[in-house]
Amino acid sequence: MAAFDRKDKSRYETFSRRAMLLGGGMTAVFGVLAGRLYQLQILQGDRYMTQAEDNRVNQRLVAPLRGRIFDRFGVPLAANRQNYRLLIVPEQAPAGVAAVLDAIGKIIPLGEAQKSRVLKQASINKKFVPLTVTENLSWEEFARLNLDLPYLAGVQLEVGETRDYPFADETAHVLGYVAAVSPEDKTEDDPLLDLPSFRIGKRGIEKTFDKKIRGRGGQSRIEVNAYGRVIRELGRDPGQPGEEVYLTLDREIQHFVHERLAGESAACTVMDCTNGDVLALASTPGYDPNSFNVGISATEWKALTENDHKPLINKALSGLYPPGSTFKAAVALAAVEDNVVSPDFAVVCTGKTSIGSHDFHCWKKGGHGRMNLHNGIKQSCDVYFYEVARRLGVDRIEAAAKKLGMGEPTGIEIPGERAGLVPSRAWRQATFGAPWQQGETLILGIGQGYVLTTPIQLCMLAARVASGKKVSPRIVHSVGLERSQSAQAEPLDFSERTLTLVRAGLNAVTNEGGGTAYAYRIAEAGMEMAGKSGTAQVRRISAQERLTGVRRNEDLPWELRDHALFIAYAPVHAPRYACAAVIEHGMAGSRVAGAICRDVLLFTQKRDTANRPPAYPVTAASAGAASGAAP
Amino acid sequence: MTARPYAAAKSTLSIPEKLLEINWGLVLLITLIACVGFAMLYSVAGGHFDPWASRQLVRFAFGFVILVAVALIDIRVWMGLAYPAYAISLVLLVGVEIAGRVGMGAQRWIELGPLQLQPSELMKITLVLALARYLHALGPGEISRPLKLLVPLAMIAVPAALVLIQPNLGTAGLLGLCGVLLLFLAGLSWLWIAPAAIGIAVAVPMTFEFLLHDYQRRRVLTFLDPESDLLGAGWNITQAKIALGSGGASGKGFLEGTQSRLNFLPEKETDFIFTILGEEFGFLGAVALLILFAVVIAYGIQIALAARSQFARLLAMGITINFFLYIMINAAMVMGLIPVVGIPMPLVSYGGTAMMTVMFGFGLLMSAHVHRQVEIPRHAAGFGIDSAT
Repeated sequence: MAAFDRKDKSRYETFSRRAMLLGGGMTAVFGVLAGRLYQLQILQGDRYMTQAEDNRVNQRLVAPLRGRIFDRFGVPLAANRQNYRLLIVPEQAPAGVAAVLDAIGKIIPLGEAQKSRVLKQASINKKFVPLTVTENLSWEEFARLNLDLPYLAGVQLEVGETRDYPFADETAHVLGYVAAVSPEDKTEDDPLLDLPSFRIGKRGIEKTFDKKIRGRGGQSRIEVNAYGRVIRELGRDPGQPGEEVYLTLDREIQHFVHERLAGESAACTVMDCTNGDVLALASTPGYDPNSFNVGISATEWKALTENDHKPLINKALSGLYPPGSTFKAAVALAAVEDNVVSPDFAVVCTGKTSIGSHDFHCWKKGGHGRMNLHNGIKQSCDVYFYEVARRLGVDRIEAAAKKLGMGEPTGIEIPGERAGLVPSRAWRQATFGAPWQQGETLILGIGQGYVLTTPIQLCMLAARVASGKKVSPRIVHSVGLERSQSAQAEPLDFSERTLTLVRAGLNAVTNEGGGTAYAYRIAEAGMEMAGKSGTAQVRRISAQERLTGVRRNEDLPWELRDHALFIAYAPVHAPRYACAAVIEHGMAGSRVAGAICRDVLLFTQKRDTANRPPAYPVTAASAGAASGAAP
Repeated sequence: MTARPYAAAKSTLSIPEKLLEINWGLVLLITLIACVGFAMLYSVAGGHFDPWASRQLVRFAFGFVILVAVALIDIRVWMGLAYPAYAISLVLLVGVEIAGRVGMGAQRWIELGPLQLQPSELMKITLVLALARYLHALGPGEISRPLKLLVPLAMIAVPAALVLIQPNLGTAGLLGLCGVLLLFLAGLSWLWIAPAAIGIAVAVPMTFEFLLHDYQRRRVLTFLDPESDLLGAGWNITQAKIALGSGGASGKGFLEGTQSRLNFLPEKETDFIFTILGEEFGFLGAVALLILFAVVIAYGIQIALAARSQFARLLAMGITINFFLYIMINAAMVMGLIPVVGIPMPLVSYGGTAMMTVMFGFGLLMSAHVHRQVEIPRHAAGFGIDSAT
């Protein structure tokens, strides 16, 4: 037994030693494990915490409500309409998506293409992803679906917001429109641009103030599981709705002007001479901006782009027209101011004048006879103004035109405005590589040749002559709480005497017998208008044609007929409103454009926007006192 | 005989006396760890006993009975059963291998009525028993003789190879490592150990290249660079590390873990249960569990050192090593220290077979404790209750 014991003892000692060694090894392993835990949980805990949050929380962008746009009296011109949508959540439809679609088809019309699109999406997406079946449901359809909702397992009805322009084409050129974000629009770093349903301002006021109208996107923090299923909403930041814009526009006048221009390719603007507020800015034909919101159809787009009346162009700002005889107001101002002609200086009009071998014709074939400043304006005698222009020279005409705001954009808050053109010697040399010709000065004197203006510039011309101040058009009254400053207009750089003389001529045009627009005067006492007609040739009349007899406009194809222009202001003795109308290929300045200006100014004065209490939103300063008061 | 009256007396302890001899402190510790498991399974189910915690509770209760029953059975009976049990395990292991080949894919268990028996789990216990019995009979130094060494090496290698081709890399490694450590405890000469260690260092890359299945090799590769395949095989490791790490020092709080509740963690109720603890109770909770485990292991080593027979010592140590390897492999795996292999956390992970194996093992450990004074002659054939009298 002793040997057994001894041997056993030796084995026991080896075992004990090695067991303790093993125990030490195990302790070391536990130490390593604890160290690893320390590394993961204490040292790198923050990093993994962030990753766990990333895992768990999905940030979803919530589109803000786009700011509305109002006219000066608070009539919404661009608003947000509720858009009723129908969705299917496949996993909640035990009968299957196809069966649900059939059931929906019995309640509202549903095309086969729509059905197959939804079924295709259902096969691609996970079962809990809601699929859009149809959008823009009518209220009636929406109500009927709601009624049957208990029997339509898996169907969800949703209300979204869509931009809505209640006056459609009437305000299209002012407001512009919103449309889906294109890759070129993604120049800024706003995550909203990546939202598939997001719309961005593409033209007009919608574009100019897009960032302010857009608002700031909100965020919804959603807890999701590993498969992306939404578990619950953890928190919501509603974001900031877009700022609301008040325009100086008067929707009633805008409507009247738009109607008055119906059928023409024309532009007409009305502005307040005293402060530049644009009351109406119309360009016809218009287009329906609502079409762009959901995505315009190819046929609709084709019709818009191929129309020879160019509905997509805002002619009031982007249409370039020779000002024709309306430019004589500017030439007359320059001539009197610079004492080139006295009011009594007279020219005998025989129907034409000549420089070298070139003949320059008056619009009146037989001539006007003896013409002074007053009659020259009143009867729009071309020969008189040829002579005045010849004496003035191009430089002084250029200077006067620029003082009146031609040749550069007026700065109105709508994108796409063009500068027009006031020609000069330097421009002539730079563009054609040849010096200015005296004949060109004569042509310029009657607003033909190189000079080009936009209707808004012509309106501003009328407003400046009427007020004697450097008024510029503006169309935005306020964006959010920020009021756009209407700078106190400085006096025009023409003497009062000059202005009075020219105004008298413009008054004679409409209010004295023999004036070119006497037939289109405003007869209502105290509302009389002064104005100047213009007829801009769009073709050259050859000497041959003059011999055989100038073809009448009515005999020409539409696109070769003269443009009809008219500028006016009223009331004549205390000017308040200025108006300019350009009717493309309208043929006769007074008969067509003059009549429009007359009607528009009469309507505007009768409505008397200026003397109404302003209905702009209460400002922050007055909000405390007027809180609760209805606007 | 008078020199050891105690041993003789203890060899015939009555059942109540044996019950008193059970180390109830250790049993309490085991129960405590199991309770941590219940809490975690309750949390993983989103605050419900169903489907995991309740069933695990029943299994533990069943396992508890097994533990006590096994502890009361005389150590010499277990010694006598060692070889037959090993032989049966081996046959079953070959059986599932054949059944797996005949059927489709890898089958690792045998249906025994309501129970699923995994022969590889059974082998973890029976291999320890058989090795302990074989090594018990060897004199000092005898183990280092090549012929004597060949037998236990074969006893280890055959089941390990069978499990490896199942394929179950984790369990095969566990069997091999456990067996080799028992040889080491039995006094295997360093002259054998040193070259073997070098051999393994050479063999591992070779194994990786030629013996591993594609999916096993992928596991190893994604372990080395989990970010390379974030949504594929690397997902497990990455998400487990996020769960652990995001727990921070004191955790997100019970039932507040987001990784598990939102299904970011795969196999969260089984192999990756430890990460839930780390997420909800943080560094403190995870280390506390490791300490509990360490105390259990210390108990195991203490029991082994206190036993008088070499069989009981090796058995106790073998069970302890097994338990330790489970913990080490599982913990290292979920912490991203070793590749993902299918080894659960003992007592904590959800799973019937593993629970039974572990509780049976603790029963044997407890039997070694209860019968620590029993001496067994080196050449006893087992069932030798009367050999000491």
